Amino acid sequence: MKLSVATVAIGDTYEAVVADNLSRTQIVMYAGTSGDYNPLHTDDLFAREVAGYPGVFAHGMLTMGMTGRAVTDWVGDGNLTKFGVRFSRQVWPGDTLTTTLRVDSVTADSAATLVDIHVSTRNQNGEEVVVGSATARVH
Amino acid sequence: MAIKRFPIEAGHIMMFARSIGDPNPIYCDSDYAATTSVGSVIAPPTFVQASAQYDDSYPLRPRIGEPWFGSGRTATGLTPKAEPTQSTDTAPLAELAAPTGGRSTGGNGGVLHAEQHYEYHRPLRADDVLVATTMPGKSWEKEGRRGGSLSFSESITEYRTEGGELVVTARSVGVRTGVVVKQEG
Repeated sequence: MKLSVATVAIGDTYEAVVADNLSRTQIVMYAGTSGDYNPLHTDDLFAREVAGYPGVFAHGMLTMGMTGRAVTDWVGDGNLTKFGVRFSRQVWPGDTLTTTLRVDSVTADSAATLVDIHVSTRNQNGEEVVVGSATARVH
Repeated sequence: MAIKRFPIEAGHIMMFARSIGDPNPIYCDSDYAATTSVGSVIAPPTFVQASAQYDDSYPLRPRIGEPWFGSGRTATGLTPKAEPTQSTDTAPLAELAAPTGGRSTGGNGGVLHAEQHYEYHRPLRADDVLVATTMPGKSWEKEGRRGGSLSFSESITEYRTEGGELVVTARSVGVRTGVVVKQEG
């Protein structure tokens, strides 16, 4: 259910699975649309043999993008005024990611009611992969 | 980084939304969008990152006729002694170091993307045309958990219409991991 000015309260939460068994193909799709063709994300041979990683891993910005879907699904389209995250852990193919949102504050002035939202996305092991905040208008 | 012209195209928004797994019709269906309070197709919150496609100097895109550092016949297209493509622009560069045993550079010149923040001044719409200018922000040092120093630096990118209207402000924080000097004896 979307946030609404009539019912919003501090402590309201929302949870959504934003990636289920993340595929390498999804990472390739993101490389293609974002233009970030770093082979770390799409070229397993390079990721293992040159960069020394276990294999390719997702762009941080893909995780932020998927997290953003949960945010806009909750606050509604065109209402976001701020969105920011810190990248705390890598996301690997096969990961399942769940975003949890929580209303931290509600402020109203004559123009609009704004909510500040805590944003956290965790993997299937409960480890946080991004953490941040968002601000949105509620109607 | 400066991008002279970043056209916000409906097809690009549709493909970008697919690539982040977002089926919201506001990103692809203009008939639906016309029935909403937003009124037209808009872009997802992280879409301006795709401005890299229009950045002539973006280092993480293969260039026609030039060697690419990804794999071909061998694991990297560069000769062993060549340094991977470097960039001082932290904006969309990659990621955190490998948890254990990995080398942290992997083609990013050692710059990892630590944080990304956006401020939206109005919704970004299909058919907008933006101009992007990037300026350095704050920079600071921090001691790493496993020794060595971490150098953080911000860059601020303003996305404006050609008429000068500010649409999105992006703040990117990159971290350069210092060489870990932790020798015994």
